[in-house]
Amino acid sequence: MKRKSGGKDFCGFALPGLFCFAAVVIVPFIYGVYLTLTDWNGVSNVKNFIGGANFLSVLQDAQFWNSLLLTFKYVVIVVVVVNILAFAIAYLLTRGFKGQNFFRAGFFTPNLIGGLVLGYIWQFVFSRVFVGIGEATGWELFGASWLSDPTLAFVALVFVSVWQLSGYMILIYVAGFMGLNKDVMEAASIDGATGWTKLRHIILPLMMSSITICLFLTLSRAFMVYDVNLSLTGGAPYGTTEMAAMHVYEKAFTSRQFGVGQAEALILFVIVAIISGIQVYMTKKREVDA
Amino acid sequence: MNNSTIGGTKRKAANALAMTGMIIIFIAYMFPFIMVVINSLKEKRDIITDPFSWLFTIKGLSFDNFVKAFTQMDFLNAFKNSLIVTVSATVLVTLLSSMLAYYIVRRNNLISKIAFALMVASMIIPFQAIMIPLVSIYGGTLNVLNHRITLIFMHTGFSMAMSVFMFHGFIKGNIPIALEEAAYIDGCTHRQTFFKIVFPLLKPIISTMVILNSLAFWNDYLLPSLVLTDKELLTLPLSTYSFYGTYSADYGTIMAGLLLCVIPILILYVILQKQIIGGVVSGAVK
Repeated sequence: MKRKSGGKDFCGFALPGLFCFAAVVIVPFIYGVYLTLTDWNGVSNVKNFIGGANFLSVLQDAQFWNSLLLTFKYVVIVVVVVNILAFAIAYLLTRGFKGQNFFRAGFFTPNLIGGLVLGYIWQFVFSRVFVGIGEATGWELFGASWLSDPTLAFVALVFVSVWQLSGYMILIYVAGFMGLNKDVMEAASIDGATGWTKLRHIILPLMMSSITICLFLTLSRAFMVYDVNLSLTGGAPYGTTEMAAMHVYEKAFTSRQFGVGQAEALILFVIVAIISGIQVYMTKKREVDA
Repeated sequence: MNNSTIGGTKRKAANALAMTGMIIIFIAYMFPFIMVVINSLKEKRDIITDPFSWLFTIKGLSFDNFVKAFTQMDFLNAFKNSLIVTVSATVLVTLLSSMLAYYIVRRNNLISKIAFALMVASMIIPFQAIMIPLVSIYGGTLNVLNHRITLIFMHTGFSMAMSVFMFHGFIKGNIPIALEEAAYIDGCTHRQTFFKIVFPLLKPIISTMVILNSLAFWNDYLLPSLVLTDKELLTLPLSTYSFYGTYSADYGTIMAGLLLCVIPILILYVILQKQIIGGVVSGAVK
């Protein structure tokens, strides 16, 4: 672009996009920080400045800390299981047997469908199909719907999330495996590296950039789980499966405590930002070039 | 990749074992979908007595569920709403973000630097940290909720940062500035240069971003649920939600309704499978 008529170019090229971005992301974000300092209830025109009182309420909101703890538990399990499973399936898929593309496409299918619909599909599977299997076989495990038991409902939520997220991660790991330098793999085999040694010392370090991406994606998605949570369990039974994102929503839009809800949302944001920052820093450090 | 030729029988056996394992895992992955398809064709009493029974063992096989779901969900209207929102927002964000990214790459001034840094930083902000003030501003002060255009505008704004980031990387790496200089010498204006020379060259990244953005818009639930409440305007995920609330005990109808939601995307997926998978991978790896 030439130097002259800079103002016109800015208006023509940059302004519309910047305006959309600022109006929807930046302004609400800043306004959100201000909201945490008020006692707005979502309806009235009155917003009183109340300082840090909302953050004090957050400290006393036991339900929030419970949901946060539950979210941590959920995130750790989901991230670990998704990545191990996807890594293993991708490894098998790239061994070179036929139909690789078909399988890969199939595994990815859940990611094309919104979390809400997926949650409803699984709700049916858990509450009718599995119970049906239980009745037919007499297996204790499927005797009653998992969704009516606090622990099993949590397991069900983890299960569905793993199912949903792993297809996406399989794609990325498959791309990683395909990009592995064949000469290096061959050299390792000739030098006598097999099985576990090859995986641990050759494949894993070379796959580190894929691992960085997958860990980051699973972390941020798992932390913010909402759609599946809403449609699969809806927080039931008795709010025992209510994740942090859902709690924030309930606090603001159901309990009408917008200030407190926004304060909790910001706390959640800071936690996610710090944890994913640490993760990216740690795994990036281990990335090597072939 | 040529394992099977160098390995011999032992390797072949291992591959067969891996293949079998893969097929079992695959069927387990597809299990919920199979259940939905089977049960969407059954009558309610058959589902309750035995949801697992296969199609040929039951008598009440019918498409009634689909007819009922189709009308009760107001499927055509919801589909139309989803289509309008998704297409408009995708076109808008593709145009605006490519133009903005082009400006940022070619004009390395202070505004560009600040804008780009802000956008990259904003990508870690989860939607939940913005939704409350968003509703407060657009619902309270401006009072523009319940319009499709508001939702389109918000979708555009939220996907702007990621899209600009992707276009920025592509333009910087793949578009030679000499081409544009030649265009200026030939008398093109900035606008002509961008739309006639640069934009066509962006095709690979455009198709990636169109796929990523339109999938996200089509399936989004949370943002539309905050913006649209008028029954006439509901998108597919929203009408699924209210439909499920009303009919949750009527399993056959529900399954048919869920299947109706999924079918359009699946058809598109079968046609565009290669592009979609390619787009998602390059979108993530960048």
